[in-house]
Amino acid sequence: MLDIKEISKTFNAGTVNEKTALDGLSLHLNEGDFVTVIGGNGAGKSTLLNAVAGVWFVDEGSITIDGVDVTRLPEHKRAKYLGRVFQDPMTGTAASMQIEENMALASRRGMLRTLKSGITAKEREFYKEQLKVLDLGLEERLTSKVGLLSGGQRQALTLLMATLKKPKLLLLDEHTAALDPKTAAKVLEATDKIVNRDHLTTIMITHNMKDAIAHGNRLVMMKDGKIIYDVAGEEKKNLTVRDLLAKFEQVSGEANDRMILS
Amino acid sequence: MEIIKLFNALPGACAQGLIWGIMAIGVYITYKILDLADLTVDGTMCTGGAVCIVMMLNGHSVGVSLVCAFIAGMLAGLVTGVFHTALGIPAILAGILTQLGLYSVNLRIMGNKSNQAISVDKYDLLISLRYIKDVPFYKNTIFIVAIIIFILVAILYWFFGTELGCAIRSTGSNPNMSRAQGINTDFTKILGLMLSNGIVAFASGLYAQYQGFADVNAGRGAIVIGLAAVIIGEVVFGKINGNFAFKLISVALGAIIYYLVLQVVLWLGLNSNDLKLLSALVVAAFLAIPHLKGKYFAKPVKKGGAPRA
Repeated sequence: MLDIKEISKTFNAGTVNEKTALDGLSLHLNEGDFVTVIGGNGAGKSTLLNAVAGVWFVDEGSITIDGVDVTRLPEHKRAKYLGRVFQDPMTGTAASMQIEENMALASRRGMLRTLKSGITAKEREFYKEQLKVLDLGLEERLTSKVGLLSGGQRQALTLLMATLKKPKLLLLDEHTAALDPKTAAKVLEATDKIVNRDHLTTIMITHNMKDAIAHGNRLVMMKDGKIIYDVAGEEKKNLTVRDLLAKFEQVSGEANDRMILS
Repeated sequence: MEIIKLFNALPGACAQGLIWGIMAIGVYITYKILDLADLTVDGTMCTGGAVCIVMMLNGHSVGVSLVCAFIAGMLAGLVTGVFHTALGIPAILAGILTQLGLYSVNLRIMGNKSNQAISVDKYDLLISLRYIKDVPFYKNTIFIVAIIIFILVAILYWFFGTELGCAIRSTGSNPNMSRAQGINTDFTKILGLMLSNGIVAFASGLYAQYQGFADVNAGRGAIVIGLAAVIIGEVVFGKINGNFAFKLISVALGAIIYYLVLQVVLWLGLNSNDLKLLSALVVAAFLAIPHLKGKYFAKPVKKGGAPRA
């Protein structure tokens, strides 16, 4: 499904702020894989997702999604293969537009936008049904401006929008990190529900080791722009947070405060 | 200071306000919907008039001339859009560059003259300051411009409800999200700038007819008048209704209020040369009010729960 071959990315090359964020990274995902990605700050987790999403082009290497080489495809053209949810709840939705308008925008991802009506009556019914999945009461507020929603509600809506038109690949960039524990759990639950229902191939970045173990069928640990640990199947299921921390210290010689705390 | 003089001047102020209301609707598209301050309009507010008057002087009908004015404005918007998106120039600077370039273009259009007059007696003008009083209502400038505004608002209301229009709105609201949803934000920005400048140039074509001449300085400070209309409309009518069509209408009403206030100020004895300074100060004040309110007059938000003893 996703084939990343030896990609590298260096920011601010040739200056004192030079930073190699991705260093010859390769990753292959099969259809239906749900991979959780962990690693310390600056390990290159978000950079990896941005590379796949095409926020900028990689310096070297290639990215193939479902047989299509997207390495040189701009962000908006790549979007038709991807569903994305971001860390900041403000990033994934248009605050000044209504809930249903946001969903209508998302359901036309990858389609040519014409002078046809931006939202139809039939769509409204469909969106209502979809919003019920979230169990947040949003189905009664279709015409509310998204800016009026809480961070958790916006994040759940973004998740729904990312999957409204079934993506080849779902990219979740620490999408629960900015939420309170209770809301985070609810959004994660919705994530599992939707991913399982639609058998979505998913990459989820998280800082929470427990979540990384509990969700998905594969776990990847990153450091300095490389994948340093890759575990799947039964072995992954039997992992504990202690195992992961030990692994992390073993390969890096340091433990990240935030990871210990979580 | 005879009050009758003021009353005599009011219909003219109303007509001018309506024409500038069309212009302000153009500004609204960039400033409010796309979230860009587009200074190109200072140039296009002359270009439209120049194109319209010169074409009419060369025997074209008023309809064709106005359509061409609209297209000329769209081309100016295209240039600013390409400067901004493809060439990566900040939006304000891109607008200033186009506006400066347009000054030469406008002079070229008018045959290297700083203004071109058109006689209302010899040519069949759609509107004129002579058609304010003592004409049948269907020829009355205020009536005609009001109809044009309603048609324009209806078209824009429809357009911004289409898939393409929604894409422009989401680009202004959240460009990152828009790209993630597959919207080419460079394209939507260019499209918005073209539409905005087309409308401004169309208003310019009407304004030149109203005055009876196109002038190379017609657009100086146009952006400030446009912003004034947008802001006044928002302050006065913003609380009434959030409907998009009503918002556009309130922009036009804002422009009328602006011209009525100007007329009163003139009647009170202010020199007309001082008007631009006054306009700038009024807009600065209105832009500053929300900021100052938030900074110095913010009331502490009361959270739930018992007050601390």
